[in-house]
Amino acid sequence: MSINVWSILKFFAYVAIIMFFLFPIAWIFNMSFMTNDEILRKVPVLFYEPTFKNYIGLWEGEIAIEGFATMYVYFKQNLINSAILSVGSVSVTLLLGVPAAYAFARYKFKGGEDIAFTLLSFRFAPALLIILPLNLYFSEIGLYDSYFALIWVYQLITLPLLLWIVRGYFEDISPDIEYAYRLDGHSWFQSFWKISIPLAKPGIAAASLLCFIYAWNNFVFALILGSSQIQPVTVGALAFITASAIPYGLIACGIVVSVLPTLILALFIQKYLVQGLSLGAIKG
Amino acid sequence: MSYLDLDNLSKSFKDDKIISNLNAKIEKGEFFVVFGPSGSGKTVLLRLLSGIMMSDSGEIKMDNQIINELHPEERDVSMAFQNFALYPHMKAFENIASPLRAKNKNMPENEIHEKVNEIANLLKIGHVLNQFPKELSNGQKQRTSLARSLVDKPSVVLLDDPLRNVDAKIRFEMRLELPKVLKEFNTTVIYITQDFREAMALGDRIAVLYDGKFNDIDSPKNIYQNPSSLTTAKLFGDPTINNFDATIKKQDGFVEVDVNGEIFNLKKNTKIQDGKCIVGIRPEDIVLSNDHSENSIEVEFRTKTPLNLRIVFLVRLKNGLELLCSTTEEESHLIDENKKMYISFIEEKSHFFDIETKRNLE
Repeated sequence: MSINVWSILKFFAYVAIIMFFLFPIAWIFNMSFMTNDEILRKVPVLFYEPTFKNYIGLWEGEIAIEGFATMYVYFKQNLINSAILSVGSVSVTLLLGVPAAYAFARYKFKGGEDIAFTLLSFRFAPALLIILPLNLYFSEIGLYDSYFALIWVYQLITLPLLLWIVRGYFEDISPDIEYAYRLDGHSWFQSFWKISIPLAKPGIAAASLLCFIYAWNNFVFALILGSSQIQPVTVGALAFITASAIPYGLIACGIVVSVLPTLILALFIQKYLVQGLSLGAIKG
Repeated sequence: MSYLDLDNLSKSFKDDKIISNLNAKIEKGEFFVVFGPSGSGKTVLLRLLSGIMMSDSGEIKMDNQIINELHPEERDVSMAFQNFALYPHMKAFENIASPLRAKNKNMPENEIHEKVNEIANLLKIGHVLNQFPKELSNGQKQRTSLARSLVDKPSVVLLDDPLRNVDAKIRFEMRLELPKVLKEFNTTVIYITQDFREAMALGDRIAVLYDGKFNDIDSPKNIYQNPSSLTTAKLFGDPTINNFDATIKKQDGFVEVDVNGEIFNLKKNTKIQDGKCIVGIRPEDIVLSNDHSENSIEVEFRTKTPLNLRIVFLVRLKNGLELLCSTTEEESHLIDENKKMYISFIEEKSHFFDIETKRNLE
C-alpha cells in the first residue's frame, strides 16, 4: 500500500521536474505554430489551429505579418553559416586538440604544464575583452568577415575545452596497454590510432559535442567579426526584431529549427557518452 | 655463447640509480627468474629489455646483435604485463591475434584462427575467446595476456610477475602449468617475481636483484644453501634467517662461536679466519629439544606461532639474544614449553658473513 502511495508521489515529482525543464521548450514549440495575434492574446490559448506559415516564411525568406510590411530574413543562409562554422571549428579542434591532449597526457616536457594552463586561461578571459583588438587586427590583415577568421577565433573557446577533457581520458588509459600493442609489433602511430583513440572515444565524443554546442551558441564573436554574409543563426535571429514589429512566432520557429541540430547530435552521440570501455582491462 | 647478453646496463631517473652496471648472460631456452624485493628495479629492467625504456648506458645483445636502440616493435620480444594490459575494446580472440596480425601482414585468416585456438586451448581459455576483457575473470585475463605473449612464438618472453594479481588457487595451478607450457615453445623466459618460493619453484636459474645489480645468479638450490651475502640470505626463507654478531675461533675440526659470552660450536670444515663476523643460521637448521646434549645451549621460551604447516618458536638465550627456530608440527608436540629447553645447530648448515660488507666469507 505504502509502495503505491510512494510511487504515485514519485510520479508527480517526476512530472513536476519534467514540466519545469521542458515547459519553456514546449511553449516555444507551440508558439512556432501560432500566428502573432494568437501569441499576443491576453489570455493565452491552449487550442488553436496550427499554422506552418512561420516555417514556410523562414524557409522562403519572406513573411507577411498582418498589419505590417513584408519581412525579409536570411535564416536559411544563417543556418548554413552556423553549420559551416560549428562543424569547421570542431574539426579543426579535433585535428589539433586530440594529438595535443595526448602529448600533454603522456609526455612530460619542459613548460608543458604552463602551456596547458595558458590554453585553459583563454577560457577565463571574457570575450568582450579581446574582441576589439581582434577586430582591428583582423581588419588590418584582411581576415574580417571570413569563415576562416571566425573558425580561428572559435578555437579560443573549443580548443581548451577539448584539450582538457580529452587529456583526462588519455591519462586514464594505462600506458602499458599501448606498450603491449607496440610489443605485438605495431608502430607508435598504429597504437595511437587503434588503442588510444578508441579508448578515449567517450571523452572525445563528449568534448566534441560540448565544443559543437559552444560554437553553435556563440554570439559575440560572430556579431563583431563578421557581416551578415557569414553570421550564424544566433546573430541572424536579431534581424527578426525590427522597428515595426517583433514577430514572436517567427522567432520561436527560428529557435526550434536552430536547436534541432544540436539535439539530434546529442541523441546520436549519447551512446558513446555512456560507454565505460576502459573498465576491466586492467586488473581489479 | 649466451643468447641474451646484458652488459653493464645502467638506468637512472634523475639522481636515482635504479639499475647500475648490471650484467647477465642468459642461455637460449632458459627459464631465468629475476627475484628482488619491491622497488629493486625488476620492472625497470624488463622495460629496458622490451624497449619501453631506453638504458642510459650499457648494451643488450640478443643473438649477438645489439638491440639497445631498437623500438619495442622491432625486437623479437614479447611481454606479459603484471596488470595484464589487455585491449579493452577487443575481444579475447583479437587480443591474442594482435601479434600475429602485426608481424605477419599476409597471414590468412584461417591460419590466425588455428594459431589462436591452439594457444587458447593449451591455456584452457578456448571457451572465452568471444568475450571482452571486462567479462573475463582475473585468471582468464591473465591467461589471455600470456596467450598473447606466446602466440607468435617469440625468441624471448618477458613475464612481469604474472601471478601477482590472481588468487592463490590459480597462482598454484599456474605455477604447475606454466613451465610445461613454456617448455613446449622452447623460448627464453625472463620471469619477474618477488615471491622467493615462486622463484625457487620455476627458475632454472635465479638472479637476485637489489642495489641495482644481480648479486647472485645461480640455481635455486645453490642460492638457498650458499647465499653470496647476508642480504640474499635474508630474502630467501620464511621466517628469515637468524643473524647475530659473534667472534669465531677455529678449533680442531670445528668453529667456536662466541656471542657475548655464550659459546657454542659449529662443526664446519672451513677456511674462514678467526675474528668478528656475522653468523647466519636458518630457523629450520636449529634443533629444539627438552633434553640437554653435549653441544646444546639452554634457552628460554618466548612464544610460538604456526607458519605454513610448521611451528615457529621464538626463544631467548641467557645473554638476551633472540632466535627463531622452526619445527614440523609433529616435532613441536614433543616439546614441553614449561620444561627447560635447549637448542643445538645442524652441522654444516650455518653461514658466516663479513661484518662490514655482509658478503659470505666462504
